Amino acid sequence: MRFKYVLNEVLVGLWRNVTMTIAMIITMSVSLTMLGASVLMYMQVDQMKNYYYGEIEVSIFLREDVTDAQRATIEQAITSSPLVAEKVYETREQAFEKFKVLWRDSPDFVKSVTPDSLPESWRVKLKDPEQYEAFHAQIEGTPGIQDIVDQRELLDKVFKIFNAIQVGALVVAGFMALAALLLVGNTIQVAAYSKRREVAVMKLVGASNWFIQAPFVLEAVVAGLIGAILGFVFIFVGKVVLLDGRLQALTNVLTPIPDGNVWLMLPLLAGVGAGVSAITAWITLRFYLKV
Amino acid sequence: MIQLENVTKTYPKASRPSLDDVSVGIEKGEFVFFIGPSGSGKSTIIKLLLHEVAPSRGKVVVNAKDVTTMRSWKIPHFRRSIGCVFQDFRLLPNRTAYENVAFALEVIGKTKAVARRVVPEVLELVGLGGKEHRYPHELSGGEQQRVAVARAFVNRPLILLADEPTGNLDPDTSIEIMRLLDRINRTGTTVVMVTHDSNIVNQMRRRVIEIESGRIVRDQARGVYG
Repeated sequence: MRFKYVLNEVLVGLWRNVTMTIAMIITMSVSLTMLGASVLMYMQVDQMKNYYYGEIEVSIFLREDVTDAQRATIEQAITSSPLVAEKVYETREQAFEKFKVLWRDSPDFVKSVTPDSLPESWRVKLKDPEQYEAFHAQIEGTPGIQDIVDQRELLDKVFKIFNAIQVGALVVAGFMALAALLLVGNTIQVAAYSKRREVAVMKLVGASNWFIQAPFVLEAVVAGLIGAILGFVFIFVGKVVLLDGRLQALTNVLTPIPDGNVWLMLPLLAGVGAGVSAITAWITLRFYLKV
Repeated sequence: MIQLENVTKTYPKASRPSLDDVSVGIEKGEFVFFIGPSGSGKSTIIKLLLHEVAPSRGKVVVNAKDVTTMRSWKIPHFRRSIGCVFQDFRLLPNRTAYENVAFALEVIGKTKAVARRVVPEVLELVGLGGKEHRYPHELSGGEQQRVAVARAFVNRPLILLADEPTGNLDPDTSIEIMRLLDRINRTGTTVVMVTHDSNIVNQMRRRVIEIESGRIVRDQARGVYG
């Protein structure tokens, strides 16, 4: 009977103020979508770092006018370095072959390039990619080297972009969450006011505090949960439509998002949505329902 | 049953205390009037007994429990042993007489089955048999107050507090309500009533405690309004 009473109160409460309830659910769902997207992106970047950092190479491009003596010194420096795991020498011709494959869709461009216009290079894999700075310092200044390029630097630029998007999503999530919380607070105030007579009687006859407060808190929790489910649907649809569909080319570079990670967002969003709503409602009640 | 020991209550921003060093004891089964002019502090006593407000100084003991030091989460349970009736009835307008009384039972966890058994009984007791399904606006003032008394009494409290229960009623209806309170008192329930209705006090001839400016100026076993 008590359960039925509470449930009934919750449904009546949500319906009594249905426009506010909808506003609450929408802001909550947008905020949680942003949060979920941001968490997914964080997990993704982490996964990509693991994947790509293992594959990272340092490229050492030689000067066009490099002498045989210099070439030998450079090879010696690379071979003797304890940081190096693997090394491959790439001639101008090999570079040109790669170049032709890479730009096979633009034959005119390929025609304008000859093997001579490409530098010869060393491709070096480090035992520990994090040791790039040390390796760079070791080899730098050896005559005949044109440029040392670490793929990690390129990747870090990409990750920085991801990071910026992620932070942006979190900021939006934060602002929407603030709006959602204010709406929750307001809804609870309105609910408490419209039930002030009942609450007064309940206090008078000695209904327990949780019994008085539960319908209000649950009202907010239900709205939060609906918002979370909507947010999850947005993320799921977004993943299927955008990443698996339209931006598939990009997804190949990005390493695919595992479905498990996406499903993980459901309990996360539900937990955050319900928990935050409950706490907000409870705090609001402390001010508006002095027990 | 009820013990006030050197109780002083000063509301924030008030220039003088509502109750000033008041000590009084009420035994089980007594019927006590607190009388005095408006603002004399008599309603503060009801609030103290319900623990709606805490005393500034002194000790309040109700049903052998020290209310002053009671933890806040225990207050709801404590209030179940006290029934309360007010001048403005405080009924829920969208519920019938039956539902108003049943509501008080249900929100403290009693089942609907208990309500079905107990509520008609107590409505009969207060003289509302046959009017269970009327809404407050379909009842007279006296009948509404009877519903309020039924709600206060349905849990068989040890103490019934009444804050100006006849304040909104005409003299004849007031007397009927007093008879009802008297009947409840005879079941062993302690009744504490705050009033400035001299007519009623004079007719009942019960213990009268007069308060003026927050101090007890008279405590008479079979008193009149004075």
